[in-house]
Amino acid sequence: MSKSNFTRRGVLKTSAVAGAGLAMPTFFTSMANAYTNEPSGDTVTLGFNVPQSGPYADEGADELRAYQLAVKHLNGEGDGGMLNTFSSKELQGNGILGKKVAFVTGDTQTKSDAARASAKSMIEKDGAIMITGGSSSGVAIAVQGLCQEAGVIFMAGLTHSNDTTGKDKKANGFRHFFNAYMSGAALAPVLEKMYGSDRKAYHLTADYTWGWTQEESIKAATEALGWETVNAVKTPLAATDFSSYIAPVLNSGADVLVLNHYGGNMVNSLTNAVQFGLRDKQVNGKNFEIVVPLYSRLMAQGAGENVKGIFGSTNWHWSLTDEGSKTFTQSFGKEYGRPPSQAAQTCYVQTLLYADAATRAGTFNPCGIAEALEGFEFDGLGNGPTLYRADDHQCFKDVLVVRGKENPESEFDLLEVVEVTPAAQVTYPPDHPMFAGGALGDCNPGA
Amino acid sequence: MDAILLQVLNGLDKGSAYALIALGLTLIFGTLGVVNFAHGALFMIGAFCAVTFQKLLTLSYITIDETRTDFLGNPLEVKSPYVEGWFGPETGGAIIDWAVPLAILFSIPVMVAFGFVMERGLIKHFYKRPHADQILVTFGLAIVLQEIVKYFFGANPIPTPAPDAFRGSLDFGVLLGFDPNAIIYPYWRLIYFLFASFIIGAVFAFLQFTTFGMVVRAGMADRETVGLLGINIDKRFTLMFGLAAAVAGLAGVMYAPINSPNYHMGMDFLVLSFVVVVVGGMGSLPGAVAAGFLLGILESFASMNEIKSILPGIDQIIIYLVAIVILLTRPRGLLGRKGVMEE
Repeated sequence: MSKSNFTRRGVLKTSAVAGAGLAMPTFFTSMANAYTNEPSGDTVTLGFNVPQSGPYADEGADELRAYQLAVKHLNGEGDGGMLNTFSSKELQGNGILGKKVAFVTGDTQTKSDAARASAKSMIEKDGAIMITGGSSSGVAIAVQGLCQEAGVIFMAGLTHSNDTTGKDKKANGFRHFFNAYMSGAALAPVLEKMYGSDRKAYHLTADYTWGWTQEESIKAATEALGWETVNAVKTPLAATDFSSYIAPVLNSGADVLVLNHYGGNMVNSLTNAVQFGLRDKQVNGKNFEIVVPLYSRLMAQGAGENVKGIFGSTNWHWSLTDEGSKTFTQSFGKEYGRPPSQAAQTCYVQTLLYADAATRAGTFNPCGIAEALEGFEFDGLGNGPTLYRADDHQCFKDVLVVRGKENPESEFDLLEVVEVTPAAQVTYPPDHPMFAGGALGDCNPGA
Repeated sequence: MDAILLQVLNGLDKGSAYALIALGLTLIFGTLGVVNFAHGALFMIGAFCAVTFQKLLTLSYITIDETRTDFLGNPLEVKSPYVEGWFGPETGGAIIDWAVPLAILFSIPVMVAFGFVMERGLIKHFYKRPHADQILVTFGLAIVLQEIVKYFFGANPIPTPAPDAFRGSLDFGVLLGFDPNAIIYPYWRLIYFLFASFIIGAVFAFLQFTTFGMVVRAGMADRETVGLLGINIDKRFTLMFGLAAAVAGLAGVMYAPINSPNYHMGMDFLVLSFVVVVVGGMGSLPGAVAAGFLLGILESFASMNEIKSILPGIDQIIIYLVAIVILLTRPRGLLGRKGVMEE
């Protein structure tokens, strides 16, 4: 006859302890970790939060390609890409701090609530230690706020609103991409050279955070030249036909139309403006002109021939001839059969910068990484010498002024770089009024 | 005065699209009693017929130009359309330039066949089901169709320009004695309005003056009696579904140069078109057309700076606001009949 060691009291005690353990909030169970999602195995997981569905899905797909290429290069696979041209030589192609890089992806759908949900899921369920991605400033600002609360680093992808590193800046958030102020500061001198200082501008502006700051920036820059702003009209983000907004432009006395639109809005408003024959008209004795402050090659494809001769600005372009850009374009082109977009470049660079900062800091602790990124100066990643300013976590680097190419040689050859505006010309003080109203706060390591 | 005329003109092309989609929706609802939420997707597929036809016409052979390089530094692959090779650069170029108008011929059989397959394969199984089921299944179908289009064509809009001859705009202001540039209207939008008017007229004439149309109208009024007379009304209604699909498809084809087609364009029009149908009166073809133009013009007026400065955001809600007012004062819509969707 066998004798059991179980007693009623023993079972109750064990159950109570186990039950209490299971019921305990994760906050207490993670006390053993110094920070959120501290990696314990031989891998470290990054979270790539990009639009995989919805109108920005193609841009999201290009961002995802760049992230996957960055992971490949960090893990020592492929040709190493910009690891070879990066001024910091900490990354050896053996992962980050000896841990192999793994990744999970989320679909932002270009909606703030969906983006926050997917970022939350990647942090809580998949153990992502860093979140990165973008395509919309509204989404980036929402996810940046979540990452601050959760105690992980947010490396912003494509987000151009001044607010991302202005009134909504966060200690855990970092932006490599340029911003609306920089677009205005870079474009204005070129516009003056091409169109003179006696112009009357009419603005159509997407009615959300990016549009507002873009309009404010380009208005300030062009008014400083002597241009007069005739009217500035907000258009709904969901608008698809802009004819009723464009029809009154010619009769307003304006001789320049500034389209503070991006993505599908830009494609449609530019197409509508060209349909109305604005570019063939003469007003105030001058040729009527259209300006698109923020260009994207992927979006320019959608507008087709309508972009020809139209000025705008961009963060990066594959035709640049510096070593970093050439290496990245080759690496990306061989892998995917197409040149990278500006969104792809910024996402790739952000991943490398995060990995480098972790390596230099010797830790995945977000506060250690933030410290390593603050004030970091680097080169060789396609934008020339760049500073990650400590005051607002914004990168300062050269900005490209581009124009729609008259005779493109291929489907990718849509924009030509007409000027590389030096970083000094687009740099502003941390307390600039357009960026006022927020504070970085303290770094949050979570856990 | 010129600003008012300008917005009336602007509303006409927007209203044309609403009217064409709403006409198809009403045809299907009136004949088959089906609330078809996939109708916006048919409009989108029409636009992608234009895209596909343009792609077919620009199918190219590749030659290597050793003197130029691509982004990887390899010799540049130069694409030359077969059409230009066969007919010469001038004629071939003109054929490609006229891709959108020519796509009308391509889209009619495609859309009729599509409508036929859709009706026989799916919709007919839901004739006797509640409207909620019909809405769910057709809305699901719309999502499936747009995801299929996204898979093959991507999420970015695809430029589908009008022929060169129709680029630019007509200065209506000068014709009416106003200052130059006071009232300008793009040629293609003018053509869109005329085209829509022609299609609407043709559909009405078909229903009014042909035996087939007479039977369909009789079936819409009293399906059972027409059946008792030995007429196969189901077969005719299936053909009407094909016709409605073709009308939506044609609206999409001609709309492609106005806004570059993207996979989501059907959804953008669908909700508004349903509002148009409800405002016009469920089941009323003239009501759908009248409400389409009315709401298109009102939407344009609401975008005027003078109105937006008094009522910010009015451009986004005007259609729904008008719908509420009309339904409160005329619960069956502008020209709605008694007994439609009333148990």
